[in-house]
Amino acid sequence: MNRIVPEPLAKLPWLVIILVVAIGCFGQVVLYSAAGGSLRPWALSQGIRFFVLLAGAMGLSYIPERTWKAAALPAYALIVLSLIAVEILGKVSGGSQRWLDLGFIRLQPSEFMKPAIVLAAAKFYDMLPPGETRRFGGIWPAALLIAVPAAIVMKQPDLGTALMICSGGATVMFLAGVPLRLFVGGAIAAAIAIPLSINFLLHDYQRNRILIFLDPESDPLGTGYHISQSKIAIGSGGIWGKGFLQGTQSHLDYLPEGHTDFVFATMAEEWGLVGGCLLILAFLLVIRWGIEVGQRANSRFARLTAAGLATTIFFYVAINLMMVMGLAPVVGIPLPLVSFGSSAQMTVLLCLGILMSIDRQNRKTVGW
Amino acid sequence: MRNTPRIVTEMSQAYTFSRRAWMLGAAQGAVGLMLAGRMAWLSVAQNERYTMLSESNRVNMTLLPPRRGWIVDRHGVPIANNRTDFRVDIIPDRLRDKERVLPLLGRILQLPPEEVERIAIDLEHAAGFQPVQVAENLDWERFAAVSVRLPELPGVAPTRGFARNYPAGAAVAHLTGYVGVPNAEQYKKTRDPLLVTPGFKLGKDGLEKMLEAELRGVAGAKRVEVTARGKLVAELATKPDIPGKTARLTIDVGLQEYAARRLGTNSGSVVVIDTRTGEMLAMVSMPAYDPNSFSDGISHLEWQMLSDDDHVPLMNKVTQGLYPPGSTVKPMNGLALMNAGVDPSARVNCSGAMRLGTSVFHCHKKGGHGPLDLKNAIMQSCDIYFYEMARRVGYNAIAPVARVLGLGQKFDLPFSTQRYGTMPDPAWKLKKYKHDWTVADSLNASIGQGYVLANPLQLAVMAARLASGRALQPSILANHVHRDSPALAIDSEHLARVRDAMFGVINQGGTGGAAKLLIPGVAIAGKTGTAQVRRITMAERRSGVLKNGQLPFKMRDHALFIGFAPADNPRYALAVVLEHNGHTVRNLDTPMIARDIMTYMLDRERALKSLAEVEPTWGGDIRTRMAATAETYRKAQSAPPAAIATKTDAIVPSDAPAVVNATDMANATQEALTTPGSTVAEDDTRDRQQ
Repeated sequence: MNRIVPEPLAKLPWLVIILVVAIGCFGQVVLYSAAGGSLRPWALSQGIRFFVLLAGAMGLSYIPERTWKAAALPAYALIVLSLIAVEILGKVSGGSQRWLDLGFIRLQPSEFMKPAIVLAAAKFYDMLPPGETRRFGGIWPAALLIAVPAAIVMKQPDLGTALMICSGGATVMFLAGVPLRLFVGGAIAAAIAIPLSINFLLHDYQRNRILIFLDPESDPLGTGYHISQSKIAIGSGGIWGKGFLQGTQSHLDYLPEGHTDFVFATMAEEWGLVGGCLLILAFLLVIRWGIEVGQRANSRFARLTAAGLATTIFFYVAINLMMVMGLAPVVGIPLPLVSFGSSAQMTVLLCLGILMSIDRQNRKTVGW
Repeated sequence: MRNTPRIVTEMSQAYTFSRRAWMLGAAQGAVGLMLAGRMAWLSVAQNERYTMLSESNRVNMTLLPPRRGWIVDRHGVPIANNRTDFRVDIIPDRLRDKERVLPLLGRILQLPPEEVERIAIDLEHAAGFQPVQVAENLDWERFAAVSVRLPELPGVAPTRGFARNYPAGAAVAHLTGYVGVPNAEQYKKTRDPLLVTPGFKLGKDGLEKMLEAELRGVAGAKRVEVTARGKLVAELATKPDIPGKTARLTIDVGLQEYAARRLGTNSGSVVVIDTRTGEMLAMVSMPAYDPNSFSDGISHLEWQMLSDDDHVPLMNKVTQGLYPPGSTVKPMNGLALMNAGVDPSARVNCSGAMRLGTSVFHCHKKGGHGPLDLKNAIMQSCDIYFYEMARRVGYNAIAPVARVLGLGQKFDLPFSTQRYGTMPDPAWKLKKYKHDWTVADSLNASIGQGYVLANPLQLAVMAARLASGRALQPSILANHVHRDSPALAIDSEHLARVRDAMFGVINQGGTGGAAKLLIPGVAIAGKTGTAQVRRITMAERRSGVLKNGQLPFKMRDHALFIGFAPADNPRYALAVVLEHNGHTVRNLDTPMIARDIMTYMLDRERALKSLAEVEPTWGGDIRTRMAATAETYRKAQSAPPAAIATKTDAIVPSDAPAVVNATDMANATQEALTTPGSTVAEDDTRDRQQ
């Protein structure tokens, strides 16, 4: 083949990278506006981190699949231990805590659990003899893998992350071929369990968030304020938006968390339905590419991992958007690549890095 | 063999995966579509609603209270107008950190410590949304000092607005009423945000209340862009207010103020009516409260002082005060007698007393007047003449004429409280007391006592109708004058005789000589009256009747006067009623007050000059006297801080307990003086003076 670029670089999925860069840059534009037309304090640092992490993700794509496979369970175990450590430290310092302060960086172990649970579950089903998949022995270890971190995170309490860990793990189980009736049954069980857990398991503030989500106008100045103001921002944006730097909801501080969890509302106010649909489309294309990577992959581990990680990204986007548009309670899930903050950005780019790595391996073997 | 099923399984597994991955992708696509749909619903279908909500977030509308319409007199002179006012209020709902803000505000505005305490007490009693006044009438420097430090003062609202101003002060209090901050019920009824806008006031009493709809105007709005934290970002276009309409009265404010001053230290009222149209030129009730300070929000101490005052400054005596008209009904009696066929030249001999059954009725002149005809009976105000004549014709012949002249009548005037008294007759008594009318009742009524009660307005209307011979209707709004009143159903020759007698009262040696005008060529015609408020026992009569000056204020007689001028071609009619005046001080008695008020209409300079001479002897003008009274009261009470707190629930003067009590007491007194039935005992006799 006649190449100008060296082969390893040409093997990168450039279309997807361009899409991801487009999303990231658009995010920085929105953050620039959210700061009232200023690079500081958000857009610049977010941009620098984005490109550094993207370069890191591209670097990750050179790590072979077998390394991921080998690291899956140890990484999972390490993160579970960190979660426990955070919990203990939190108890000691008297109060709930989600961070592990290593001095130079503050790590949020629960964030890493989102991709780690996918890798661990994929590894488990890879090891499992195919015949066992539909039996009890193929289900309970995976369920345990999910339940342990989910329970710890839930205790932190971080409803959103717990929800994502469960969803990510369940997705891998579903893809691995666990009987459908379990998921149907699970859905029914959830329908029964959710109202019960709302009443008995959740913290007051979590319960309030859910109750207020069901009726945001009941508390327009309290917890319902977030949802109400977010809907006002999106609704008042109209089809074409109010124009760049023209959003009043965000600039006049009516929209809370307009640069983090509710960044989509900030964007929608200025860019309208058009901007929102393009952003949703861009995310869907990235996620579809991830699922296709899984479809093309040869190994069971790679298949499950790729589709599972793509779905993790999907859950980020879907839960955040539902929350912002008043379709889900406020659970504190940011919009990846757009919301200001390092954790989600790092997680999503880590997912993309692993996806690109799987993509590279399978092209090499499938190619010619 | 072992491999075969395994390969198949892996194959089927891969198949399951790709099928389920496809399902997953499809589900994700569906969720994406659903999200796009939801977004379209919000931003397209509901766009209008959310745009509006976003605007109402962004734009903070501050209502600008409309400038209240002026109240002007017949010549356009303002009775109530507006002055620019820099004021500072606190909105209790928005106040944070009261302990820090209040002292800071006190320092910036240089408020005395008791004022700061007053504000603190007001805040505790405030209804949350209702602004509490910190200070008003501020100078620009202090106002600006608060304005620039607003970020440190949450809940503090400096307003540049208009305050109601009554240049004549207390002289017009009962005419205009006053304005004040709306109360909680008024706000709850309408939910009109204007009612809780700082600086907005509405009419609370008098014409201010009755003409509220016209005077209010339409609020303007200042639109500003604000952040969620209330920080002002930009000023948007301001919608100007539409000032309220001007209300023109028939009142002559110069006369009104003069009459108020001329009443001096009296507790009294004056009504002057234009005898051509029935327009009220003056409607004075003194003493009164200062509507300026009432409009600012009155303190508990001030309110207490006004309530305790035995001169009832809270009562509009013109429409709420009821008095036995006394001898002022005698001209009316004259008309009724002639109408009943009594020959005006027929004489009655007055010996000073008249026996009726077991009781004795006295004339005010102890030795008696001797023989008198009608004119002389009116001029000398002889009681015996009217006792005798009333006995002859019966009261059923008199009461209808009294009603024709306005007694017992209610007039169409914009005042919420009008008490219209009693013009009794046998049917009325039977209905009210289940007793038959007696001759004694006729006798009592014939000298304007007993059951007869009238308010000063009715007396003035009676004077105006006597003067004009027409059924004049009093009016106070310039656009509601009842012109072209029909002639009274009374013989004009009878009217001429009565007017002549009233001329005689003042100019031909009658009882009202003190009212004689000092202007050459013009004369007043009138009638004096005295209404007794206590019984004089036989024992007292034997030992000598106590002089009014020896009695406590509440026991003294009321002094009354009706009259008109010029006597030969009447233009003005008036009534003067002085509560418990007792005829003790000559220049504070009805005839000279009536004379000076009439003089004001005919020769202003002369009237003002004579007032300037006597006013200092009463302790100065109205304002000076009110200030002195307040000072004395404050000292006597050694006011606790709570007393200077603003009375947010202040009762409107017309409905104040003090007023109700005063009226009830007057009624009770009259009722006690009238013994129902025919049991008038020897010691229940009456003493008449004029």
